[in-house]
Amino acid sequence: MSNGVRRGLPLEGVRKFGVTGIFLARLLLACGRALARPRLVIAQIYNAGARSLIIIMLSGLFTGMVLGLLGQDVLQRFGAETALGQMAALALLKELGPVLTALLFAGRAGTALTSEIGLMKATDQLTAMEVMAVDPMSYVAAPRFLGGLIAMPLLVAIFDVIGLLGAHLIGVGLLGVDRGTFWSQMQSAVGMRDVTEGIVKSVVFGAVASLIAVNEGYQCEPTAEGVGLATTRTVVAASVLTLLFDYVLTAVFL
Amino acid sequence: MLQDAPSASADDADAVVEVRDAHYGIDGREIFSGLNIRVRRGLITAVMGPSGTGKTTLLRLITGQLFASSGQVLVFGRDIASLSGSEIYAARKRMGMLFQNGALLTDIDVFDNVAFPVREHTDLPESVIRKLVLTKLEAVGLRGAAGLMPAELSGGMARRVALARAIVMDPEVLLYDEPFVGLDPISLGMILRLIKHMNQALGITSIVVSHDVQELATIADQSYLLSGGTVVASGTPQELARSDSETVHQFMTGSAEGPVKFHYPAPDYAGQLLGADEG
Amino acid sequence: MRATRSLEIGTGLFVILGLAALVFLTTQLPSSGLKLSLGAVPGYDVTAEFDNIGDLKVGAPVRMAGVRIGDVTGIGLDSQSFRADVHLHIYPQFSQIPQDSYASIETEGLLGGQYVGISPGGLDTYLKNGSQILQTQSAIVLENLINKFFANFSSGGSGNSGSGSGNGSNNSSSGGNGKTPNQGQNPPQEPHP
Repeated sequence: MSNGVRRGLPLEGVRKFGVTGIFLARLLLACGRALARPRLVIAQIYNAGARSLIIIMLSGLFTGMVLGLLGQDVLQRFGAETALGQMAALALLKELGPVLTALLFAGRAGTALTSEIGLMKATDQLTAMEVMAVDPMSYVAAPRFLGGLIAMPLLVAIFDVIGLLGAHLIGVGLLGVDRGTFWSQMQSAVGMRDVTEGIVKSVVFGAVASLIAVNEGYQCEPTAEGVGLATTRTVVAASVLTLLFDYVLTAVFL
Repeated sequence: MLQDAPSASADDADAVVEVRDAHYGIDGREIFSGLNIRVRRGLITAVMGPSGTGKTTLLRLITGQLFASSGQVLVFGRDIASLSGSEIYAARKRMGMLFQNGALLTDIDVFDNVAFPVREHTDLPESVIRKLVLTKLEAVGLRGAAGLMPAELSGGMARRVALARAIVMDPEVLLYDEPFVGLDPISLGMILRLIKHMNQALGITSIVVSHDVQELATIADQSYLLSGGTVVASGTPQELARSDSETVHQFMTGSAEGPVKFHYPAPDYAGQLLGADEG
Repeated sequence: MRATRSLEIGTGLFVILGLAALVFLTTQLPSSGLKLSLGAVPGYDVTAEFDNIGDLKVGAPVRMAGVRIGDVTGIGLDSQSFRADVHLHIYPQFSQIPQDSYASIETEGLLGGQYVGISPGGLDTYLKNGSQILQTQSAIVLENLINKFFANFSSGGSGNSGSGSGNGSNNSSSGGNGKTPNQGQNPPQEPHP
């Protein structure tokens, strides 16, 4: 057994990538069959999306409010307070909305997905399905992946809108920026390209987080400890990859 | 109950499941080195052995979830390793499996659990499904529990629901993975009677994997004892109880005497105790 | 399946909310998006023409004495006079703005957005729905101001000797406070970058 450990982390890392890649391929194939069961996918959209709503809305509100305060503080030094609207909008749409929502999603929905699947594995439910000639990929894994994929852009959009309201609340309500200026400046500064960037990011982050969550649940050790470790890995991996893809996509959209 | 009506002829070609000289290993460890088993139609076949001999692995080989590295595993007359994916699924639909802890789907209730295979594999209308599910639940005595969630069931009840689910598609073969583990005497009696009932009333070939020697002896027609990766004894429970082999005898009686030792291999006792004093 | 109905309703609400947010982001925010009108707002509308509106945007405020009295609701180009045609909406409570008031384009702060400032005239007749403000002052374009400064400076600066000697009231008060009522005689301006 000492040979196995000695083989070294790099090889294990490469192997892990390979396993994930194969899993992704099987998952995508299973998505077709999963869509034939809309009930399951809807249940998973609820699981990943609707149940994350409160945390996303709260976080969006506070983020927007902080943007209002921060913007006012910083922009004032240049006499550009009236640029608050466009600053908040661009920051939210392009970066804060997708990234923060993705990180929160990985923490709340990602861990839920991983532990659900891991628990099913540990209690032989996945095996039982296989023996009953039902493919767990299309019954369990694919609906959860699709649920996360669909829920993410919606969550990001809600985060963005609530964030703008938060910035408006602070900027206009508290700090006295003119309401019309706030929104009109924003409208002239934001282009479709920026909105598209946010949407593309949200879809990519959603796919990454959901894939990792489902994969970790599927591959984990079928014990209580194994499920716990897998859950942690989901959050870490999804968060890091989100930030990595954020860099890539930001560069692409420049 | 002594079963001697269908004579145990070695030439009897009525083998639903047959394992011929199967080898299987994982991570360099050999689990099976030449396994031979014949499961005859309509009988209850027991597979016994100490923990870790791979009894559950055997069931996985039969369902096609694992494949032997050499040898053959014939199910319904065909080597399962040679079947395509859909053919394996077709074979699995003719089998039912009862897991050690029931393995019910935890997010749906008892009724939906039993109905699950039917809804997945057939287009029967809900009214028919309802009658079917209630009938099966009645057979295991849990028709009144149809609305409960799996988390609300005791271990014995969960296993009975799982049994109802395993028979809902009228399989030809039932595989039982350690069905007696952790049950109180009353539930144990219920499971035993149900296994016997499934076999006699419905003619289902049953393969029971367990190490509960006493319980199995009351219902099995044919027994296999596994140890060290092969079959070390086979026959009716009574034949095994009378066996001369030390291994068989120790297992069947649970005696301290025999090949399986109490002490894990360790260096000399006195030497180790005294040696520790000398820093 | 238990609680399917409430689950489906919950999911439906979530999806609707998300789609509404998406629609809002894609139509309301970008300058090229569609604008939803909020229905008739009480008050009245007037227009004003400017030679140059600078950076003025729809939605910018209209102020008098610093108090917000309305919004800019539309910006167009008059195809006859080639001047900017700006629509203003004035709130109903400010119904007594003299008809000879003039409108100028001001800047909030140093780098801020621009707004329309109204300075009152003296007539007893007031602006009402459909009126046009005839006296307008265009936006200050920084480059032109600098050009003018240098032009004055290099031509001897007849109006700009810093010694402040009262050289007579027939000096054009350029360089005074930058707010020269200039009836459409600005030199041709470069388009604002």
